[in-house]
Formats: sequence, C-alpha cells, structure tokens
Amino acid sequence: MSEYNKMPLLMDLSRKDKFGVSLSEIDVPLSDLPESSLLREDIQLPELSQLDVVRYFTNLSQMNYAIDTQFYPLGSCTMKYNPKINDQLASLKGFSSIHPLIEESLVQGSLELMFNLQSYLSNISGMTATSLSTMAGAQGELAGVLMIKAFHEKQTSSSKRNIMLIPDSAHGTNPASASMAGFLVKSIPSDQYGNMDIDILKENANENLAGIMLTLPSTLGLFDNQIVEICKIVHEAGGLVYGDGANMNAWMGQTKLGDLGFDVIHINLHKTFSTPHGGGGPGAGPVCVNDTLLNYLPGPIVQRNNSLYEFIEMPNTIGHLGTFHGNFGVLVRAYCYIRALGNEGIPEVSKNAVMNANYIMNKLKHAYDIGFENRSICMHEVVFTARKQKQNGVKGLDIAKRLLDYGYHSPTMYFPLIVDEALMVEPTESESKNTLDKFIDAMLQIAIECENNTELLHEAPHNTPVQRLDEALAARQPNLKWSEK
Amino acid sequence: MTKQFPYIGNSEIEQKEILDYLGVKSAEDLFVDIPIEYRDSNLSDVPSSMSEMELVDHLNLLSEKNINLNPSKSFIGAGAYHHYIPSTVLSLSQRGEFLTSYTPYQAEVSQGTLQVTYELQSLISELYGMDVANAGMYEGGSSLAEAALMACRVKNIYKVACLSSISPRYKNVLQSYLIPQSIEIVFMDANNLDIKENEYACLIVQYPNFYGSLEDMEYLQDISHKSNALFVVSADPLAAVMYKAPGDYGADIVVGEGQRLGIPISYGGPYIGLFACKSEYLRQMPGRIVGKTIDKKGDPAFVLTLQTREQHIRREKATSNICTSEALMGLMMTIYVATLGKSGLKQVASSCFHNAHYAADQISKIDGFDLINSKPFFNEFVITCPISPKAINKKLIELGIIGGLDVSDQFNNGILFCFTEIHSKDSIDSLVESLKQVNI
Amino acid sequence: MSQNEIRYSKEHEWVKSTEEGLVFVGVTQFAQEQMGDVVFVEMDDVGTSCDQFTKVGEIESVKAVSDLYTPIGGEIVETNQELINNPELVNNDPLNGGWILKIKVADIQEINNLMTEEEYKSYIQQL
Repeated sequence: MSEYNKMPLLMDLSRKDKFGVSLSEIDVPLSDLPESSLLREDIQLPELSQLDVVRYFTNLSQMNYAIDTQFYPLGSCTMKYNPKINDQLASLKGFSSIHPLIEESLVQGSLELMFNLQSYLSNISGMTATSLSTMAGAQGELAGVLMIKAFHEKQTSSSKRNIMLIPDSAHGTNPASASMAGFLVKSIPSDQYGNMDIDILKENANENLAGIMLTLPSTLGLFDNQIVEICKIVHEAGGLVYGDGANMNAWMGQTKLGDLGFDVIHINLHKTFSTPHGGGGPGAGPVCVNDTLLNYLPGPIVQRNNSLYEFIEMPNTIGHLGTFHGNFGVLVRAYCYIRALGNEGIPEVSKNAVMNANYIMNKLKHAYDIGFENRSICMHEVVFTARKQKQNGVKGLDIAKRLLDYGYHSPTMYFPLIVDEALMVEPTESESKNTLDKFIDAMLQIAIECENNTELLHEAPHNTPVQRLDEALAARQPNLKWSEK
Repeated sequence: MTKQFPYIGNSEIEQKEILDYLGVKSAEDLFVDIPIEYRDSNLSDVPSSMSEMELVDHLNLLSEKNINLNPSKSFIGAGAYHHYIPSTVLSLSQRGEFLTSYTPYQAEVSQGTLQVTYELQSLISELYGMDVANAGMYEGGSSLAEAALMACRVKNIYKVACLSSISPRYKNVLQSYLIPQSIEIVFMDANNLDIKENEYACLIVQYPNFYGSLEDMEYLQDISHKSNALFVVSADPLAAVMYKAPGDYGADIVVGEGQRLGIPISYGGPYIGLFACKSEYLRQMPGRIVGKTIDKKGDPAFVLTLQTREQHIRREKATSNICTSEALMGLMMTIYVATLGKSGLKQVASSCFHNAHYAADQISKIDGFDLINSKPFFNEFVITCPISPKAINKKLIELGIIGGLDVSDQFNNGILFCFTEIHSKDSIDSLVESLKQVNI
Repeated sequence: MSQNEIRYSKEHEWVKSTEEGLVFVGVTQFAQEQMGDVVFVEMDDVGTSCDQFTKVGEIESVKAVSDLYTPIGGEIVETNQELINNPELVNNDPLNGGWILKIKVADIQEINNLMTEEEYKSYIQQL
C-alpha cells in the first residue's frame, strides 16, 4: 500500500499554478467584464499536474472491491458481470455526443434503440408498454405509485383510496416511494417466506385500498405461489398491484409478472441487465404497465409513426420525473446486453442464477441456519441467519466483516428486516462453480471460527485497507468536506 | 445441446455437476413454485442472440442513423452543455475498480469510492459557497424538486413560490413531484413578487435563469428571508466559478446540474444532480453523505454517515426514496475539476463568457436579430429573429449547423443560443454568416 | 411524586421530580443499550405544550432514529443544551447528565399511568 493510504486529499496535494490539461486560448475580442460586485472574488480549487491526478485516482481505485476483481455475494443487488463491449458501444460518438434537445428527425438511431428496448422490456415482463425515463429503481417505483394514485383520482375523483399495503419484508424504497406519492403506508406483517399474509390482505381489501407493493420472488428469494390469488383479491377490491422488479433475475424468461396479474412493475437495469453499478449509480429504473395504467406513463415515451421515431406524451401522463428522457447511456448498455443474449440467452440467465443459489444453499445449510423453514428450494438468492452463531456471541455483522478478510465482499446484512441476523447471498449466473466452491470454503472456515475463535470475528476485518470505522464519531461530528487546517 | 453464452459462469458440464449435486434432473425442477400454467415465457419480441462482432456492426449502424456533427457546430444549451472533456476523465473513470464496484456500504473495502465522494462534496460546497453537500442526486430537475420538498419539511409549510424564469422542463418536474403531496406551486415574475410572511416554504430562483440572465439575487434573498421562506437556488456550477456564489447571497439550499463539468452529453443522461445546504438543515438533506472519521487503528478513513435519514432505515419517514444515484458521474466531475484545476476551470468559464458576449454582439448587429437580455449574462442569451426559429433552424441544418433552442412560446421568434469554450471565433463567425443568409 | 422517585413509561422514558412542579425527562439504560451510540438528539422547543405520551423529539443513533415520547404532559421549560455537543451523554449517563427535557407538569396525577422502578424492571425482563 502506497503513501496514499495516509489519505492526502486533492487540496493537500495542490501546489500553486499547476494544471492538468492544456486549453485553447480565447480567440474572440474580449468583452467588458461585469461590475466587480457581481463577480466571485476567489475560489479554492486544487492545482495539480496531470500525473498527480492520474496517480491519485488510480491509487484510490485500488482500495475498492469491484465485480472486476472479486465475487459479490450481495443478495438483492444482482452483481453480475458488466460486459465490456456494452461500455465501448455506449461510448460511440454517434451516441455519446448528441444533445438531448436536438430535433427527433436527426436522432433516429437513438430513438430506434429506445423504442426497441421499450418493446423488449414489455415483452419480457408481460406488460403492454414501458417508459425508459425513470433513472433508478426508486424513481421507477415512485412513477408506479404515482400512476396508481392518478388512476384512482380519475376513476373516483376522491382521495378515499389512500392506503398502500406493503409487507414488512419490503425494501425501504417501497414505503419511502409510497410516502412521496402522498399515500398512507400500511406496513403489514409478511409470513416467514416474506410473502403477503392472505388473511391480513383480505381484511384490508376495502374501498380505501389503493394498491399493494410486492416483490416477487419475495425479498427472501422465495416465489409466492399464491400470487395469482393475491392479485385477484386486490383487483376485486378495486386496488392495483405494483411489482418491485429487483428480483427479476429469478424469473425473466421463466414467467411474466404481467401474466400473473401485476398492473405495474419497475425494472433495475443496473441489476438484471448488467449495467455497471459505478459505486452507487448511474442506474436506470424503467417502469412497465398493462392496459389499465397505459395512459398514465411518465413521459416522454418513444413511438413509431410509420417509419419515424418520435417522443410522445400519454394522454393522462403523471408528467416528467426528470429533465430529459432518461439515462440514455445506461439504456444503450442494457440494449446491447439483451441483443447479445437474445431470446435464447435470457432464460439461461435465470436458470443458472437459480441453480447457483440452490447450490450455495445446500452446501452451507448445515453450517448456517436458513432464514425460513420447510422449503427446500430457493430462487436466485438465499437468506441465511446467524442465529446459531449468535448464541456464541457472534453477530451477522461480524461474519460479514470477516468474509472481507477472505477476499469476498460481504453478503447483504440485516435485510430483509424480518429475519434475525440475516445474511443474504445472491451468486448470479456470472459465477462459476469454482468461485462458488472457494466462497463456500471460506464460509465454512468462518463457521468454525465462530466456534473456536470469536475474537477474530469481533475485530474483523484485519486485512483490508482500513479496519472497522468509528461511525458514531462520523455522525456526532460531521466532517463532510475538506477544510484548511 | 443448449446454446452457451460467455456471460454465464458455468460450462454445460459444470451445470450438469450442479444439477447432479442438487439431485434434480433438470433446472425445470427448481422452478416448481411457479404455477405450471404460468411457466411459459414467450419472448417473441426479443430477437435471436448475436455474436459480439454482429453486435458491434448493429450498434454502429444505429449510431450512424444519428446526425454526426462536430459539437463546435452546435449552439444549443438549455440544461445540457457541450464542453471539452480531458483524457483523464474517461480513462480513469472507466477503471473496473470504479466502474463495477457497489455502493460503499462496506466502508473497509470501498475507500476509493468514499474518498472520491468526499472530494465531490468538498468541491460542490466550494463551487456553491455552501456549508455541506451530498453525494449527488439523479440530475438537476429532480434535485430541484427534492429541494422544494425539503424546504416544505423544514418550514412545515406546503406551498412554494417559484420565479417563472426557471427552465420549463424544471417546472414540469416540480409539478410532478410536488402536486401528489398536495403542495401548491405558485409561479411569479421577479418584478411582480407577492410574498406574504409565512405564506411559502421557499422561493425558487434559477441562477443564471433559463434565458441566460442573472437575477437580482440580493433583492430575491431579502424578500425570501423577510417572509420566512427559504431561499432555494438552482445554480449553474460553471457560472459559479466566475460569478458570486449563491451561498454568498445567503441561499439556504442550492441545487444544480453537474453534467457540464466533465460528463458526456450522451443524449440526456446519465447526469448528476448537485445538492448543497446550510449546516443547520443537514439532517433534512436527502441522498447519501460521506463523512471523514477514523478506523480502529486510528487511521483516517471515510464512511457513509447520517444514514438514518435514508430509505433503508427510515422507510416511509425517509427524507427521500433515493437509493442508487449517480456516483460514477460524481467521479467524472471530480476528475474533471482536478484535471482542469483552479486556473483551467476559470479559463473555461471565461471562454464561455467572452465567446457568448462576442456572439451576442455580432448576431444583434444583423438586421432583424435583437438581443433581449440586458448584460451581463453568462454563456446563453435569447435573440428575437425576423422569421420563425423553426424555419431558421431548418436552414441552419442544411448548412451543417445546429441552432439554439426555440423559445418562441416566451419571446416572439426567440432562440436561446449557447456558447462554450469549444467554439472558436471561426465557428461563431460561421454561425453569424449563416444567420445572415437565412433571411435572404 | 417524591424527590428521587423515578417513574417509567413503556417506551423506556423516565421522569424524575426536581423543584416544585418541575420534572426531568430522559431515556432509560435499557433504551440507550438498544439504540446504540447516540449521535444526535432533536428536542421540541422550549415553550411547547405536550400531552402525556406524545412525541417531543427524536434520538438518532448510528443505526436508527427513535421517537422520544414524553412520559408526562405539560410545558417544556428547558432542553439539555449539553446534548448538542455531547450526545453520548445519553449513553454514558442516561439517568443524570443525559437528561433531555425539563417539563412543568400539567397534571401530576398522570404519574399513575407510569411504572415504578420494580414494575419497569419486570417489564424489561419479559421483553
């Protein structure tokens, strides 16, 4: 580890009058500057040579884990391989240097790509239409619940239908999005499989029910075989069904949420469709609807009019949630992924994702308890619980941190909330048996350490660039930017 | 034998080994929980797979269906800008360790991403003259909407005032976000402000405004604060290098679009929303925030902090539902600013200013073309033209030029032109010559 | 309520009498253990009236935000300013230095809705 381990920042490395790129001179006659009271007096920005910049960021990158370097067993994140060709093609000048407000007749290539991507996603999910404008899963969710709200308002002109039912196993963005849409969130206990309790649903299926938000398979990675009945109950009560598509890697090419009864779903392109996570984005969260909600889609949508592609707005659209029309650079990558796999490849993805998860479940179920009972098959992810280890004073957190010492990123911790000391593993179809076997060995080794050497776990990680951090200090005395000392 | 794919980790042989271990005949047996009548998944709209070579040919063909013009022949801005992006930005940000890493929840193995984000927060705070900034939002319009929502939470007033000179697209986004929460938005003109005490959660101003002009920030700040409303500014981060920072005018929340600082224009996205505020409002700020702390050994380290405000903990009471945002774009912006440095960024801003003012002078000399903005502006202005913008832009395209944005809904035959450092005197003169021709 | 007598609520707040008609309010040892390291305490303003068991603030720890409910109704006359720079007082000294609010009691009879020390001890045993 180089000197960069001591964390000098750009302003610490800055030296007067240095710069990293040569710029062209201004070659127009200069105009008068505005009066000085309008102008900025000074600005403190770094001054570095180009080599300084390259070394700084290159060294920083080497302190990151990434899919390109190791396995991420992160449940519900679908950390699959991000194909390099997708990045190259998204960078084609013909795509990357086009201004978003150029007249449509001049951008037929990009619009054709978007139109086709819309159809592919609609087809794969069994829906009528798709909007690509939402820029992350959470924004797609927001669009979904806003459409449900708009639908009810148009139907009844009353705000009586103001309740959104969400199982407590749901990802936090679900209730957060429902809240942002102005709904009253009613969190209801899920069963041990993370699925909606049908009896509780029936109790709440009345004239106040706007809809429900479900994840399928559930956040425990289990398919709810009562799903068709659930959708029926909600529809009969006059509500609509929203589907969180985070777990699409389990069902694409195997079944369609539209066929099962969902009215609207969102898709995470940065999960299921291989676009890179980038350390926290960009993502894209297209939203797909059936005929019921078609007219409410957020705009703009790409339409084909004879042979001309153009942007249109749906008649009852909920409006735009972003300035332009979506994260185009991300859409290109997802398009390439789908074209590479084709209709033959898509089912192979889910098939292998599910096979790999079951392999891990069976190999580790004696060392770690499974987070549910009486089901021997999981889908694309498996939830373990560290409750057995907890009896020895070892928490899920300790196991997750110890795994970092073995060179693996931690699994998803403490989610879903309904499983105590949850550790959720999603291998994806990208990983080979060899990688899985090595991971399994590490987990088994740790299970032994949980019995004989708990101190090693409490103090983990030991072999990473930094060790356990003082999060209380960070929150008590927020230090959020560089300052001169 | 089923078709195999290079993105699938296991060979057919290994897949069989796994199935054998699981004791099932085929993978079908693992999908038994899906009711049999729903097991059919017809993907008739998805074409057959392609080899990598075929994929490249196909995408090349598609990209060639788009107009292929040098950006120096394009004079449109209005929220997205053509700038020169130095080689370091793409080369460093495309490194797999940055590109393919996850959100930095496990701080011990994400110091790269976390330190970069801390740098990003530092430079946004500096550019905007504000106490604190977050790790970024989706883009400029939705950031503005989140700022309005935050103002309502802080003040516990559910009505916002907004100058009509903001971007029309931002207005659309504001309405889409605010109306469902029963928040009223009132648009008003800067010279006709009617704001009573405690009536509004905030006054929203764009700086420079959508049409290129600088608003009277002193006056607007004064009015906002006198009526107990927050002063919310959507500010251009590059203009902030040259002009007084919005924070120095007393802004409470500042948001903006970071695209022009090192992010490819890419037909509208991905971009990055900038978000900064006064430290007293820190806990109401949405989005991720990175803080500096120490680790067990006492070494300095970075970590996600104040996460209890976010969706994964606070759920329906969260400050926002935002989860994945635009971290990679934040990295690109940080590399851009680090590469250009203080002098470079000042020069780019200066180029924009002088190119735009030169162009405005030259264009307004042409008969029938009038500049509506009073000076100074930054790098955009509106010209009213002798014939419709539609007709003008059509003629310009024939001459290999992309003209400005049609704003004739606000200004008679108005076009919003934009100039940056990518334009040389020659390219500006060539635009001027072409404009002279369109009226003939 | 006698001097030094402490009463407890189901939400793990305590109330203790001080001068005539005034009480201190805070959270219990059990509460601070559950919450983990406290990083920030938000308190309603001095002068605010509050009914028994209504929300009067929020306690933020690293992993969660907990609502603070007043175990007794009245008017807030003082908030513990020490907690602004030292929120860890809630963890280190929850019953004394980590007090959160001082309240002018509206109806002292409301303490009958609260648990005694013994009752609270058995209450937390069975949680």
